[in-house]
Amino acid sequence: MPEDLVKLTIDGVPVGVPKGTLVIEAAKQAGVLVPHYCYHPGLPVAGVCRMYLVEIEKAPKLQIACATQVAEGMVVRTQTAEAKSARMGVLELLLINHPLDCPICDQSGECELQDFTFQEGRPATRYSPEYPKRFNPVEDFGPDVLYVPNRCILCTRCVRFMEDVAREPVLNVSERGDRAYIGVHPEARLDHPWAGNVVDLCPVGSLLSKDFLHKARAWELDKTASICSGCSQGCNVTLDTRDNVVVRIRPRPNLEVNQYFICDHGRMNYRWMNRGDRIEAPLVKRRGGGAELHVVDWDEALDRAAMVLRGARGRAVALVSPKASTEALFLARELLAPFEWTGAFQVVMGEEAPLAAVPNLALRAERAPNGTGAELLGYIRNYAAALEAAESAAVVLVLDEPETTVKTPGALLYLGTMLSDAARAADVVLPIANVAEEDGTFVNRDGRVQRYFQAKPPPGMARPAWWVLAELLAVLGRGEPVASASDAFDRLAQSVAPFAGLSYAALEMTGKQVAARPAPAAAEVTA
Amino acid sequence: MGYPHKPHPRETVVLSRYFGDPEAKTYKGWAKRGGYEAWQQAQTMAPAAITDVVKESGLRGRGGAGFPTGLKWSFMPKDKKKPHYLCVNADESEPGTFKDREIMRWTPHALLEGTAIAMRAIQAEVAYIYVRGEFTEPYAIMERALAEANAARAFGDLKIYLHRGAGAYICGEETALMNSIEGKRGNPRIKPPFPAAFGVFGMPTTINNVETLAAVPHIMKQGAAWYKAMALSNPKSTGTKLFSVCGHVQEPGNYEVTMGFPLKDLLYDLCGGMQPGRTLKACIPGGSSVPILNREESERCLLDYEGCVEQGTMLGSGGVIVFDDTADMVYQIMRLARFYAHESCAQCTQCREGTAWTTKIIERILAGQGKTSDLDLLLDLSENMTGKTICVLSDSCAAPVVSGIKKFRHEFEDYITGRKRTVLVA
Repeated sequence: MPEDLVKLTIDGVPVGVPKGTLVIEAAKQAGVLVPHYCYHPGLPVAGVCRMYLVEIEKAPKLQIACATQVAEGMVVRTQTAEAKSARMGVLELLLINHPLDCPICDQSGECELQDFTFQEGRPATRYSPEYPKRFNPVEDFGPDVLYVPNRCILCTRCVRFMEDVAREPVLNVSERGDRAYIGVHPEARLDHPWAGNVVDLCPVGSLLSKDFLHKARAWELDKTASICSGCSQGCNVTLDTRDNVVVRIRPRPNLEVNQYFICDHGRMNYRWMNRGDRIEAPLVKRRGGGAELHVVDWDEALDRAAMVLRGARGRAVALVSPKASTEALFLARELLAPFEWTGAFQVVMGEEAPLAAVPNLALRAERAPNGTGAELLGYIRNYAAALEAAESAAVVLVLDEPETTVKTPGALLYLGTMLSDAARAADVVLPIANVAEEDGTFVNRDGRVQRYFQAKPPPGMARPAWWVLAELLAVLGRGEPVASASDAFDRLAQSVAPFAGLSYAALEMTGKQVAARPAPAAAEVTA
Repeated sequence: MGYPHKPHPRETVVLSRYFGDPEAKTYKGWAKRGGYEAWQQAQTMAPAAITDVVKESGLRGRGGAGFPTGLKWSFMPKDKKKPHYLCVNADESEPGTFKDREIMRWTPHALLEGTAIAMRAIQAEVAYIYVRGEFTEPYAIMERALAEANAARAFGDLKIYLHRGAGAYICGEETALMNSIEGKRGNPRIKPPFPAAFGVFGMPTTINNVETLAAVPHIMKQGAAWYKAMALSNPKSTGTKLFSVCGHVQEPGNYEVTMGFPLKDLLYDLCGGMQPGRTLKACIPGGSSVPILNREESERCLLDYEGCVEQGTMLGSGGVIVFDDTADMVYQIMRLARFYAHESCAQCTQCREGTAWTTKIIERILAGQGKTSDLDLLLDLSENMTGKTICVLSDSCAAPVVSGIKKFRHEFEDYITGRKRTVLVA
């Protein structure tokens, strides 16, 4: 262990942690999860749930692991009879006024009160069933948050989030003693753009998302690591799917990007992933067949696309979505490289909404996840110029921009998820997967390349855009097909300097920096 | 004590000398009685020298914890880098305690003078006197006294503010008091950091009780040795202490006696004993938060910090609550528990839920629906509520319950077995 670390033992496991580390965090490094409710690494310490009582050698009484800093040579024991009995006592007290309505509670299955009670709670209550339990009616806190006070254990995570992180203190603890509950300012609503985080922070089923209310049970959900596609911040998220339907987005911790939070815009940005009106098969216009698109298999579609490309000479234009994966953007560029090509993308703009206490975290005005990736690959923001260039181009490739109407004398290849009227003008339509249906990477506004994973299968014959483009390149005799997004990324890493030396393995779960961070106040330039 | 009855010959009248003397409330009247001489003297002394005198006198905090005052002052940073604050705890809310109220009512200048001396000792430029919200009369008197003293420029550049509480018992806890002064909800803070490092507004702060500070001018004027000599039993408990006696005695009121005075004499001699035909059953010597003593223990108990500990209780704030043989201990303990359940700030789980549950159990016992297992449950619950929370409110609820069950178990059992008739719990 390096010398500058504080060395201590937790349940017999020696660990070395930086000075100032809290015992509860040091314990995680020793593989010990100290039960806790009010403590959250993203919030200021409150020390109120008293669940994390542990024994520290030489201390006169049990200490709270969430507020005690490590000291050299400290000996921490979490499993002594005294500590366990204290925690069992807290659990019993937390449950006496709890309605135990797990069967109808959304949190059930991912509830810390359930988990720790199973782990070390009392098998039966001593609270006489004749005593009434505390009752308060459900309250509507804001656009997406319901408060069920009966389940509340008053850990105050929500209060501290609004006060210290969002810095819009609309929640408080009202009343005293066992009458206490979470109160909302009488003239305010819990409608801060980041307010939805209180639902994730709530360790029990007291703060609920209206959007997710009674939608699924926790144990029915599959969880997939992903990147939010709502803006250029690149927040790490988890897509929760049930039977291949995305039902919820929750934040995934990444201290470099979003800490433990996501904004409500990103949280609600999933319904389109489940849309049913998708292109499910390749479509082509037959020679002499007029404007009608015919369903074909992939071989025929790729051959037809290859034929178009082989026959074209001169200028090519790519109109790409900034929501496309870096791999797809790279392979699209590769495809058009033999031509005199122009690539452009356009970004929808919205209001910026920062999370006050977290530096460099905001819902960004630029509502697309991969603008930086597109720029690194040579795509420009001047969409109008590209549209103009299309008017004299031999080939136009549209990558998932269904609303773009292209006027071109040349051939039109369309890779997309939706068959819009504009897309019906294409000579070849190739169905692709959306962000929930493929593996890939985005480069966020700070130049951090981060992976997202496939959460559900694409519909019908749709395939990831990187697969489609790599197959097309292979048909043209320019490279092997790729078997995975990882292969596609390797190809990108080999030929694009900022990505040199990187691989999916090297990116790990939290990503790597490929470009310098922009200056904080840099104005966004758009076409 | 001089009000409402003349001091008893066995009292040692220091703090209460001018109780009942309306002239002592005024600035001029106080000065005529030798007031502000100690402050004049302190102004010529170095801060450390003042602290040393108080240390030497053996003065200990009169708010309940009995922490040596001079030592507390010496925790303040010596080389001052930030503003220092003094908070005066006049939020006297402990059931059975009413000594600070009388100090403020009759000798407001004694408190102001002690405050100024303490401010000099800890190098504070601002002091807040946090007065219990319900103390309307003492507040008005303090306000007048402060205005007079300020008009006479008695404190120079030192600023003393009065701050009224809003009715929460917990705001008498020092860190909750600081939160309350800051305008926040009166929730106790976790320690460390301690107030001497991070107190009110995050600055080094000392918090002292009214009675503690009122004693300081006397110590300055008459010397540490004089104060230290006042000890009837243990030399670690020095000076005089006001005891607020209430309950079943003939003459309840405030009595000032030297530390180490026998509780028995206080009750039977100074307070005139029980009503005719009644006998002493129990006594809480230090305000409602300390363990209850039975008759034998009460009669053995010497009133100083160590003497009380010897009998298994604490001197606390000196609020003596007396029960004679007509008292229903189960009912009394329920009333205490209910008080704590009402006043819990709701932060810590053990306190928020435990105090309320304790109350419910005792209420049911009183209603004739108790079970024998309830007593063990109460003891176990109290164990869970002791020493595990941010402040000691939950310990305070547990103390009378545990000692009550231990010493008056038969009274609980009488209700549980039906030997005693149910009382209506209002």
